[in-house]
Order: sequence, then C-alpha cells, then structure tokens
Amino acid sequence: MLTAADLLTLLPLIIVGTTAVVAMLVIAWQRHHAGTALIAGAGLILALLMLPVASTGSPPLMEVDGLALMAATLILLSALVTVILSHHYLTGYIGPQEEFYLLLLCATAGALGLVASDHLAMLFISLELLSMPLYGMLAYSFRAERSLEAGIKYLLLSAAATAFLLFGMALVYARTGYLDLTGIAGALGGAPDIWMLAGGALMLVGLGFKLSVVPFHLWTPDVYQGGPAPATIFLATVSKLAVFVVLLRLVLAAPVFQSDWLQTMITVLALVTMLGGNLLALFQSNLKRLLGYSSIAHFGYLLVAIAVGNALAVETTGVYLVTYLVTTLAAFGVVALVSSPFGGEDADGLPLYRGLFWRRPYLAAVMTVSFLSLAGIPLTAGFIGKFYVIALGVADSRWWLVGGVVAGSAIGLYYYLRVMVTLYLPEPGMRRRDVTNDWGSRLGGMTLVTLAVVILVLGIYPAPMIDWVQGLSVSAASVSDAWRG
Amino acid sequence: MILVWLIVIPFLGGLLCWQADRWGEQAPRWIALGTMLFVLVIGLWLWVTGDFALPSGADTPWLLEWRADWIPRFGIEIHLAMDGLSLILVALTGFLGALAVLCSWHEIGHRIGFFHLNLLWILGGVVGVFLALDLFLFFLFWEMMLVPMYFLIALWGHSGSAGQTRIRAATRFFIYTQASGLLMLVAILALVFIHFGNTGELSFSYEVLLNTEVPEAIAPWLMLGFFVAFAVKLPVVPFHGWLPDAHAQAPTAGSVDLAGILLKTAAYGMLRFALPLFPEESAAFAPVAMVLGLVGIVYGAVLACGQQDIKRLIAYTSISHMGFVLIAIYSGSELAIQGAVVLMVAHAFSSAGLFILSGQLYERIHTRDMRIMGGLWGRVPTLPGFTLCFVAASLGMPATANFVGEFMILFGTFPSAPVVVIIASTGLVMAAIYSLILMQRVHFGPAYRDGALAGPDWREYGMMLALLALVLLIGLYPQPLLDTTAGMSGRVVELFASGVQSLAATAGEVR
Repeated sequence: MLTAADLLTLLPLIIVGTTAVVAMLVIAWQRHHAGTALIAGAGLILALLMLPVASTGSPPLMEVDGLALMAATLILLSALVTVILSHHYLTGYIGPQEEFYLLLLCATAGALGLVASDHLAMLFISLELLSMPLYGMLAYSFRAERSLEAGIKYLLLSAAATAFLLFGMALVYARTGYLDLTGIAGALGGAPDIWMLAGGALMLVGLGFKLSVVPFHLWTPDVYQGGPAPATIFLATVSKLAVFVVLLRLVLAAPVFQSDWLQTMITVLALVTMLGGNLLALFQSNLKRLLGYSSIAHFGYLLVAIAVGNALAVETTGVYLVTYLVTTLAAFGVVALVSSPFGGEDADGLPLYRGLFWRRPYLAAVMTVSFLSLAGIPLTAGFIGKFYVIALGVADSRWWLVGGVVAGSAIGLYYYLRVMVTLYLPEPGMRRRDVTNDWGSRLGGMTLVTLAVVILVLGIYPAPMIDWVQGLSVSAASVSDAWRG
Repeated sequence: MILVWLIVIPFLGGLLCWQADRWGEQAPRWIALGTMLFVLVIGLWLWVTGDFALPSGADTPWLLEWRADWIPRFGIEIHLAMDGLSLILVALTGFLGALAVLCSWHEIGHRIGFFHLNLLWILGGVVGVFLALDLFLFFLFWEMMLVPMYFLIALWGHSGSAGQTRIRAATRFFIYTQASGLLMLVAILALVFIHFGNTGELSFSYEVLLNTEVPEAIAPWLMLGFFVAFAVKLPVVPFHGWLPDAHAQAPTAGSVDLAGILLKTAAYGMLRFALPLFPEESAAFAPVAMVLGLVGIVYGAVLACGQQDIKRLIAYTSISHMGFVLIAIYSGSELAIQGAVVLMVAHAFSSAGLFILSGQLYERIHTRDMRIMGGLWGRVPTLPGFTLCFVAASLGMPATANFVGEFMILFGTFPSAPVVVIIASTGLVMAAIYSLILMQRVHFGPAYRDGALAGPDWREYGMMLALLALVLLIGLYPQPLLDTTAGMSGRVVELFASGVQSLAATAGEVR
C-alpha cells in the first residue's frame, strides 16, 4: 500500500510526470516553444528542489536509498542542461518543436524510476519508459536521413536488448520464484547453478546493450552521429547513467554476480570495452562518433566498479558518474551550440572546429577543458574520476583491469589531443558553420561556461563532491555488505 | 606561504599575459619576463638568507614547509617543502624561464599572449614538481606541465619537412610521459594502500610513506613504476624516443625549458622519491640502472655524431649527459650525487646556451641543417665565439661547470663500480668528437653562402654573457652549490647505504 510517506518519497517522480502531462496539455492548447521549454525546465527544477524533502524510503517495488537520490540528482541536473541546450538548438527547427520536451520529460521520469527500482518488474517498466521516448528524440529531425536511421537503429537494438533482459529475468524467476531483489538474494544460498548464471549473464547482456559495452556497441557511433545533438546528449548522459546505476544495484544485491564465472565475464567485458572504445576512436574525424567511442571507453573504466562491487565501488561509481556527466555535457554541449540553430545535419566534422580558439576563445576553452577532462588530465574533474577507478583497482588488486585503464588512457590521449590541437591551428579560409555572435550571453552559452568552471573546480577542490557522494553511497553499500557478510 | 606564492605567481602571470595581448605586442613579453625574474629573485633571496648547515638528527630536513588539507577522504594534503636541492632547482627554473622569455622575443610573432601563458604554466608546473611533498600533489604537477608543453611544441614549433611533424612530435612527447606517469600513479596508489593495510592510515604524505613495509614480492614492481616514469623523462635509452623529435620541432624557448628544466625533474624525482622510498630495491637495481646509464652515454654520443640537424645533435648530447647523472644517482656515493647535482645545473646552462645559439642562428640563416651552414665564423660576429665557449663547456673542459660535475661523478663512482667508470670515461672522448663536429660544420670550413650577417644585439649578448658567467663561476667555485645540497645528498646516501646493507643481509641469509 502507498502511504503518505511513500508519496513524499516519490514526489520528484510525480512532479516530473505531472510536468509531462502539463506540457502535453499546453501543447494541445497553444504551441509556444519558449513557453514549453520553460515549463519543462521549471518542472525539473521543482523536482530537484523536492529531492531533499523526499529523502529515503521504500515505496512499493522501489527502494529510494542514497544511491537512488544521488542518481536522481544527477539525472535531473543533466535533463535540465539538456532542456536548456535543446531550446538553443531547436529554435531554428522547421516543424513542431515542443514535443521534444514532452519526450524528454517522459524519459526523465523513466530514468528516475529505473535508478530506484527494487523489483524486476519496476526495472523493466522504467527501462522501457526511458527507451521509448528516446526513439522519438533520436528520430526527431526525421527529414534528415541519418536521424531517422539513428532512431530505427536504436529501436531495433533496444528490442534485442529487451529480449535478452526479459529472458534473463524469466530464468531468474523460474529458479527462485521471486522478482524483487531482496527476495532473489535471499532465495539463493550456496553456489548459484547454471540457470541462475545464465539468467545473470543474459541480464548483463541486455543492460550491456544499453551501456554499449563492447561486443554490443555496434549501434553507438551511428546513433550518436545521426541523432540531433540534444537527443544524443540525453542518451549519453541520463540514459547511460540510469542504466549503469541499476546494473550496479543488481550486482550489489544479487550474489550470483559474485560467482567466478560472471566475475571473469565482467572483467573481460570491461577490458575489451575500455581498449576497444579507445582503439575505435583513434582515427575518427567525426566529433560525435568520436565522443560516442569515447563514452564506450569511459563505461569500460566504470565497469571496473561493477567487477569489484564493494563499498568503495559504489563511491567510485558516484564520483566517476559526476565527473563523466559534467564532462560529457560540456563536450556535447559545444557541438550542440555550434550546430544551433538547427540547420539540417549537425556540425560534427572535425575540420569545422579548426581554429575555433582564434574566433571563439571562450567556447574553445570550454571544449579544451572538457577534452582534457575526458582524457583525465590533472586539475580537471576527469582526473578525479580516473584516480578513483585506478585506486579501486589497486586497492582490490585487480592488476589486469588497472593495466587496461592505463593502456586505454594512453591510447585515448592520441585522439583527445588531436581534437584539442585542431581547435588551435590556424583557421582555414572558409568556414560554413559557426555559433551565433551572442552565444555567450544566452542561457545555453552560460550553461556551458558554468560546466567548464565546474569541471575545473571539481578537479581542483573535489573534497565537497567526494563528501556528498560518500555520504549518499554509504547506505547502498551497507545493504550489499549485509547480504554478503 | 612563500612556497605557495612561488607556484601561484607563474600561473597568475600566465593568465595576465593571455589577457595582456590586447594591450600590444610587447606587454605579454614584459609581464612574462617580470614574472620569471620575480620567481628568480624569491629563489635567490631564500638562498642567501637560508641556513643550509647539515640538519642535526631529529631536526626537520626542510628549509621551509607549508601544508593544508586538500582531499581528506584519501588523506591528501597540499604539502609543500623546500630543501637545498629544490631551492637550487627552483632558482634555476626562474633563471631559465626568464631566458626562455628573452630568447623568444623576436622568434614568436603570433599569438604572443597565449604563447607566454603556456610558457609560464609549464614553469609553474615545474616549480610545483620541485616543491610538492605529497605524492598525489607531485603526480598532479608532474602531469600538469605536459599540457602547456604540448601546446608549445604543437602550435609554435618549427614545421619540419613534412607538414604535420611538430604535432606528431608533441603527441609522442605527451603520450610517452603521460603513459609512464600513469604507471607511477599506479605505483603510488599501491604504496598508499599497502601502507593503509599495514597501519590503517590513508595518507599520500612522503614522510609517512617513507618507511612503509612493502611485501618483497611487490616492492620491485612499485620501484619500477616510479623508475619508468622518471626514466622516460630523463630520458634513459630505451625510453628516449620522444626526445630528439620534441627538441627538433620545439621553438627555442621550448627546447630551453625541455633540456634545462624538464629533464631535471626526472633526476629530481629519482633523488627525492624513487631512491628514498625503495632504498633496498634501488640498491638491487643499481647495476641495471648503471648499465642503462652507460648505454645512454655511448648511444647518445654516437648518434649525436651522425646528426644533420643542429638541434637534434644537441638533443642527443643531452641523452649522453643524462647517462652520467643516472650512473651517479645509483652509485650511492655522496660525492657522485653531489656531482650529479652540479652536472644537472651545468647541463642546464650549457644546453640552454647551445639551444639559444642555434635559435639565434636560425633567425639569421633560417635553417638548422648543418650541411648548408659552414664558414659562419667569418660571417657572424661574436656568436661563433660564444658557441665555442658552450661547446667547450659541453665537452667538459676544465674550468667549466660541466667538468666539475663529470669529474665528481666519475671520481665518486669509481670505488664502487670501476668498470662502469672506465667505460663512461670514453663518453668524455666522444663528447669531444661531437662537440668539435658541431663547431667544425657550423662555423669553420668553406662558407656555404657569402655576405655578413647581423651580430647579436644587447638582448642576445646579455643572455650569452649571463650564461657563460654562470658556467665559469660554478666551474671555478662550486662550493656554495655543494654546501646547499649537502644535506639532501647526505640523506639519500644514508638511505641507499641502509638499502645496500639489508640487501647484503638477505643475500647472506639465502646463502
């Protein structure tokens, strides 16, 4: 039964859902781009403000613990940035602009539910609620062939992923008779048998598709390239974050993931992902594809946390996700800004960015900072994340994974540096796309500059962020330790 | 607090230079020059007022110290400290930084503000490396100075023959150092967690980790993690691939910084971290390191003889000279380590002199290819004379600082490793050969072209005279330098000796 306390806990989710409904009604009543964007933004901010009030609790099918709260904060913030950039981007879009925010709000609601799900049914429903609107968002500029292709590709691969996930869930249910995580964990004493292992592996594969872990990554570059920039941003940040958090939750809760067999599988996947992502990015000259591969590599690093799966792993996940989010938002944000207002295909060819520093020094500085952070250079947020991952690997003596992170970072430098130096090379004679002159005084531009400052501040003085993450991750970790202990 | 300012001043100066671009071409140059001179003056002032008497037993070995909490979660502090060695290297950084600004006065003609931003940030990072005593902080500065150096080479470098080579050289430099740096980070973290396992205290502090009991199976690997990072930067021969290209493509200021200061951070790292943290493993590793040093001496010298590009030649001589430093560091003799410090300083002066001279030649004849030089003695006034002086310094002529350094190294190492010293001495002979080749090809012989070239102006004259005076000063009276670093080298030798003893003890047990 839902109690009043449960309703309070669910408040952010309810607010986001309500905002979606309001946005829909407003669109039906009167089309107004800025107004709809404002409603979406206001709803997200309101949900964000309600988070401290909501606090922890466990409504039916869900478990709103520190991890969920942390993820919810990050999801809402990323969605807010996406809304701001979308408004910038869609201003020049010919065709209905307002529905994009509707889709975005629905997907955000799905992500909020996903990170808090404590039951396989809830997990499945919210994962679909997250994915469905994304098809629409990716294919939003459907007159462009690539965008349509991106939407359909993502649809097909999501369907495949869902099939794997459902099959895995079915096997687990057949073996244990439970669908809630605590029940599954409790029903399993002793060594897991082949059905349980198969179920775990299939669920891992299903979620691996969404995270574009390497053998299941083939859709990533095309979808990243084809989708409109704001949709890609949402896919790279909110969607990946939510799926990763739920994967972490599964791994922490279900003892089957600690079995040798699945451990080896996760370790191999992590290694292949971090190396594969970086190697594939090496000779990319399309910025969105390059960022797609780079995000594959980053989730390879993050899989180290899944492989280790202890208290420090939860903290590492939190810290790494924070640094990944601000960095990715800034990097994609620049692409979105240069591509706005909408004018057919996105400005994602590397040559377009040649000499950006000499005409838009601050925008290029934002991009430099975000790429330094992606590369994990000290004094940027990315370094703190990488430091955490390496520390986690070393503390748990996972030398293979540590070696993989080191090798992956070294390879990654090559293409990050290539992009960075392009920004500073002499300008070519002609240029086709550029940001508007007043970009710095508009909300999107200011957001990007803020993000760059945040990247630097997190890199120079990470203590508050670490404290925040540590405080929130304690509860989630203690649950898992209690089960294991 | 003065230590914090030493680091912060170059960074602030750099930002100011960037913004000063709008006030005219000369503004960033003067600001950068003022900033570096300021650092130099602080360094010299500390030197004059400091007391470097050998610290007595319980006393803190640091002249100045400053610490503040930074990331309490991991026990990371902002911990800066200065002893004689760091003081000398910081002052050297200030001096060479000022020279780097001066020597690019006419060379850099576009994007001047941004150039000086990068230059000053490198120097700020280097000062940070010399002062950081928290291993996390040290690593941070170690990696941080790479980014501006990368931009310096990639954006203002000489476009070599085939278009993109300066970017490739810069990328190679970056990847070599960053990848090896990450190995060091892994080693640091492993050390920290081993210490955490032993005592329950999470700390990155140098002094806390100094006496960590590392399991025997892991210790050599951790030592290697540190060694590789430093070996890449020094460079030791199998890891030297980035150096000649980086030098050849870098602008003069970049070469001066690279040869004069950045290479010294590696030697500093070995003396400060690799040896004291792992004395026993270092003692066991010493023969290998010495052989690597020998290989470097001979390899660098032989390859230097075959170069056509004047800057590549000087780059290879750096490899040869750093071989001597490596041998000295692992000899475990106080005399040799003192010699290594002198040679580091001397090499900074002499190589900076040669790089600046080749830059000045480039400004006049627009080539660095020695095949089309020749006969410049008669065409350029004064510069050939200076070249001769620095070439003499580089080959270790008595009365120059290099002679003092090399002599002390060979003398100090002989009792423990006579064979090494004998082979290393051949390096001196080869130094004479490549130095004379350089002189002969560039300044003597038939003139490739006719016509007189402009002589040095007051700025070039001043730089050369200052460098030459310092080379001779240290060559004739090195005692103040030796007094300053005596405390540091004494402690390193003590630790190394204890390492050798315990190594001998374990060897005895095995027998």
